Amino acid sequence: MSKIIVQMKDITVDFGDIKALDKLSLKIQKGEVVGLLGPNGAGKTTAVNVLATLLKPTSGSASVNGFDVEGEGHNVREQIGLAGQYAAVDPTLSGRQNLEMVGRLYHLGRNESKKRAIEILRQITLEDAADKPVRTYSGGMRRRLDLGASLMYTPKVLFLDEPTTGLDPKTRRDMWKAIRDMVGQGVTVLLTTQYLEEADELADRIILIDEGRVIAEGTSNELKRQLRGDVLEIEITDAKNLIHAVKALESSSKFKAKPEVDEALQTIRLAVENGVDDLQAALSVLKTKKVEVVHVNLSQPSLDDVFLELTGKKPEGEEKGDE
Amino acid sequence: MNNIKWAVLDTMTVAKRNLIKYTRSPQLIIFATIQPVMFLLLFNYVFGGAIRLPENIDSYIIYLLPGIIVQTVLFGSTQGVIAMNQDVNSGLIDRFRSLPMSRVAVVFARVLADSVRNAFVIALMVIVGIMLGFEFVNGVGNGMIALLIALLFSFTFSWISVCIGLFAKDAETAQSAGFIWVFPLAFASSIFVPVQTMPTWLQGFAENQPVSLASNVVRGFAVSGDTSDLVPLLVWLFGIMFFFMILAVRMYNRSSS
Repeated sequence: MSKIIVQMKDITVDFGDIKALDKLSLKIQKGEVVGLLGPNGAGKTTAVNVLATLLKPTSGSASVNGFDVEGEGHNVREQIGLAGQYAAVDPTLSGRQNLEMVGRLYHLGRNESKKRAIEILRQITLEDAADKPVRTYSGGMRRRLDLGASLMYTPKVLFLDEPTTGLDPKTRRDMWKAIRDMVGQGVTVLLTTQYLEEADELADRIILIDEGRVIAEGTSNELKRQLRGDVLEIEITDAKNLIHAVKALESSSKFKAKPEVDEALQTIRLAVENGVDDLQAALSVLKTKKVEVVHVNLSQPSLDDVFLELTGKKPEGEEKGDE
Repeated sequence: MNNIKWAVLDTMTVAKRNLIKYTRSPQLIIFATIQPVMFLLLFNYVFGGAIRLPENIDSYIIYLLPGIIVQTVLFGSTQGVIAMNQDVNSGLIDRFRSLPMSRVAVVFARVLADSVRNAFVIALMVIVGIMLGFEFVNGVGNGMIALLIALLFSFTFSWISVCIGLFAKDAETAQSAGFIWVFPLAFASSIFVPVQTMPTWLQGFAENQPVSLASNVVRGFAVSGDTSDLVPLLVWLFGIMFFFMILAVRMYNRSSS
């Protein structure tokens, strides 16, 4: 039986003239891992802050496990764990001291806090550094500690606000593993990220937001299917011909989408609806214009394409291109 | 009842962490030990010969120490601004605010830790002062009352620091905003010199502001026996405490980020 555990209804948050959230509504079922994906400034952190009772919405209502975030803030705080984008741990304390402090503030007893801290340190593989000041930790270690702190008291809902922003690819993968290991225990998770790969990797369901509104929602496959058709990539022999080729394709009535040009790779990308037919048509158009083609590729759109199509913005992601 | 129990326990948990933080950060230790002692030595030896003392006080250290204790805890309270602000900017405050803990504990813990630190500094100053020739002329019992009043003064002014620390946008603002207002209070006061030596336009301010009153009362209990400023001082202190305590709790609970 499915049960809605997190709900936002028409939440609007104004910061002066700026609408950080604009009637945002979403529902999360118990046990789901949901990725809240969007470009910088889309309102992801604002949404988490409303749910974590850190921020009062201008209008609308939201609840966590049946408790209202405004009227029953204290109850909400008993249901949640929050790991933030700025690794909110105390750099002067040791990892262990940080965890024990958070345990005490969750009102676990002294012994229970100590015991739980030992368990968590093992899970986040920080046993060796447990008694060193956090100031000496690497970025990845801090994030893992931050994640661990949010799980000192097994929360019903875990909010992970950009858990890997700013980490290098290797550390990011370690963090994903830590998240998967920790979260495989039936905890409901709302994860915000600007990395498509991260949402694809961790989330059962993706909610794409931009400018404070939900613009698409579904599994990553469902989102990809929203972009009907395929992507055609054509590599041309030299830069001069690139312009000819683009003009030729633009003037042909067969293709509705505007071709995209990557000059460095001398490649044209074109969204097409009829796969192989369009591939043949494109090649014959280019042949009549005497443009020599080096390589052709027809593929399914990536989440990047979905993102670009729906938000008009390029997603973040330092890793693309060298994979 | 349960709320009060958790407010106290949570305050202790966070205060313990604040104190660990103080002991682990060298510049704060220096601020709490070497700097006040240095001031005490400098003022005693540099100004000591030049100042007209009130008639019933026969050496400058006896005049100076009660005042410089007040000055030290006043400056010391500005360390709380920076510590509070670091917690805001590091995101730690957001973590605390997302926990099911008491909503007054974080600000009370800040003030409590600062008071513990100031109590330590006061004890250190008294010891160094005694080595320089200070004595509790008015009796040791009254001397202890004097030190408690200094501690109450420290507790009160820490609430102002907490508010500035919560309000400041960044560390630089916290640093300067935390400091700037204490200078006129510290120097246009009876801490270092009798107010009668100042120009008349300044005397009105200098006589009635809380730092002067605190230094007069601490000096009165410790040395001179003149404690006539006690009532106006307590009015000031409880007024400031009440206002900034409520403000601090509200600022902590306010929704922002």
